[in-house]
Amino acid sequence: MQSKKSNFQTTKAGFFTRWMGSQRSWDTNFNLLLMALPGILLLLIFSYLPMIGIVIAFKNYRFADGIMGSAWVGLENFRFLFGTDTAFRITRNTLGMNSIFIATTTIGALAVAMLMNEVYQSRMSKYYQTMLFFPYFISWVIASYFVFAFLNGEGGVVNQLIVRAGGSPPSWYRSPQYWPLILTLANLWNSIGFSSIVYLAGILGISPELFEAAKIDGASKWQQIRFITMPMLYPLIIILVLLAIGRIFNADFGLFFFVPRDTALLYSTTDVIDTFVYRSLVQLGNISMAAAAGFYQSTVGFILVITANWIVRRINRDYSLF
Amino acid sequence: MTITRRRISRSWNRYRIQALLGQGLVHGVLTLLGLVCLIPMILVVSISLSGEIALVEQGYQLWPVGFTTAAYDYILQQPGQMMQAYGVTGFVTIVGTGLGLLLCSMLAWPLARSDFCLRGPLSFYVFFTMLFGGGLVPFYILVTRYLGLKDNVLALILPYLVTPWYVLILRTSFAQLPTELLDAARIDGAGEWRIFFRIVLPLSKPVLATIGLFFVLRYWNDWFLALLFINKAVLYPLQYLLYVLMRNITFLASNPQTTGMAIPTQSARMALAVLAFGPALFTFLLLQKYFVRGITIGGLKG
Repeated sequence: MQSKKSNFQTTKAGFFTRWMGSQRSWDTNFNLLLMALPGILLLLIFSYLPMIGIVIAFKNYRFADGIMGSAWVGLENFRFLFGTDTAFRITRNTLGMNSIFIATTTIGALAVAMLMNEVYQSRMSKYYQTMLFFPYFISWVIASYFVFAFLNGEGGVVNQLIVRAGGSPPSWYRSPQYWPLILTLANLWNSIGFSSIVYLAGILGISPELFEAAKIDGASKWQQIRFITMPMLYPLIIILVLLAIGRIFNADFGLFFFVPRDTALLYSTTDVIDTFVYRSLVQLGNISMAAAAGFYQSTVGFILVITANWIVRRINRDYSLF
Repeated sequence: MTITRRRISRSWNRYRIQALLGQGLVHGVLTLLGLVCLIPMILVVSISLSGEIALVEQGYQLWPVGFTTAAYDYILQQPGQMMQAYGVTGFVTIVGTGLGLLLCSMLAWPLARSDFCLRGPLSFYVFFTMLFGGGLVPFYILVTRYLGLKDNVLALILPYLVTPWYVLILRTSFAQLPTELLDAARIDGAGEWRIFFRIVLPLSKPVLATIGLFFVLRYWNDWFLALLFINKAVLYPLQYLLYVLMRNITFLASNPQTTGMAIPTQSARMALAVLAFGPALFTFLLLQKYFVRGITIGGLKG
């Protein structure tokens, strides 16, 4: 904290001397700024202008009038949004599904990382890592084909298994009650390899002397995990979970849109804020509704990120975003 | 003496057996998990290589039933839409990756320089966008109404060019370059641009490879920008084409009376998916180590 402040001070104090000082520093600063300029402009256009455009949530947007020209309507759009059950449904689904995802991914990735650590010396470990990691690079569109191959009514693998076991398979794409489970499995499949690599790096960073000392004292593998690995990983786990909680208001659009194939019958469990905003905006053309929901997501999300980051910063500055 | 030695060797043996058993168990569990991750892909490949009639009779199998490459022949004989989509995706991926790497590096290098007077404010400017965003609606209106990029290939490239997370990873890596080299170049009279292109970039090949691969897969796998901004079939990228096909099949299946349009066979559909993820998978297998490195550099900050 202290060091950062003083750092900032020197930068500031150096501003005039460096900018105006000698010909060389002026030249350096000018060229570096020039170098950063294209990036600055792109961020200005694609990130900062939309931030200003967020005022659209308080307007009755008409295409002909543009964002600035449309009439102010105060909180009308929000009254409209929160007057329906939809607002409750999309908030519940977003928070609920993301909470399940955070819990399952963290536990799954920790377990996989510990298993990988046991066989890290072996040649096979590379192959395990590849197999677990590859789903991360499959787009959700393709993954939706994968899921379809399992759940399709004509010939889907899961349906065949159920029939073989003597049951009658449900019509998956018409039964919302199964989708929290299906989406959780799909998300786990997608992210476990990625997350476990981060935890594995954490485990490999633990001093081996601790484990050697424990072994000499006769500690079993389970005891080593319980009394060394886990306590040493707690800070990392807490930080990663907190950062995930900071983003809990943002759902993975592709997962919720493509995997259930945008089926209206499934919205009660698969509709999240992101899919709702997209549908209202592009498919239904209800811009005011989409803007209100988007504003709601942006602001609550921002507060969550800031809070989570503030807590992370108090635990360990190295891991905080800022 | 002999007794203790025997006892030691006996307990040592027991220890080794237990360790071997434990290792075997761990290998077993990891193999199983790995296969579970692979099964969906194997299944889709198998369906794409199965005979259509066999599929209807026996359902999807993990091993091709009535093996045939008819689906691939069918797609490759009428390449039109598919080849067009490959072209769009290929163009977007190459241009996006090249430009993105250049612009992100050019933004990251000043941020890595402690003698740059605007470093503090500029860092804030870049990383604030990771915390707060205007959301989809203003972004959509900006691109369609104000920039007029609807049905324009630029809409598939520009929005991803500067990604703050990549800038962060590049900055961290640039900041670790040996300053002696830079000072030496400066004494020899090299300007800032020359230093950047002749020293900084060549010395940063590993991190550029990592970020380059992130870019490649991001553009190759992208459907989002097409979903928002592309209506013209000529400009469909691969992933979006797959989505449209899937949607049409659902539509045709639920409206059987709608005729006049050939429904792609089940195996042809899956063959399309295989042709779309094949190159991405290949890239990944070839250059996996760079990804792992990238995650361990910047993963915590993701």
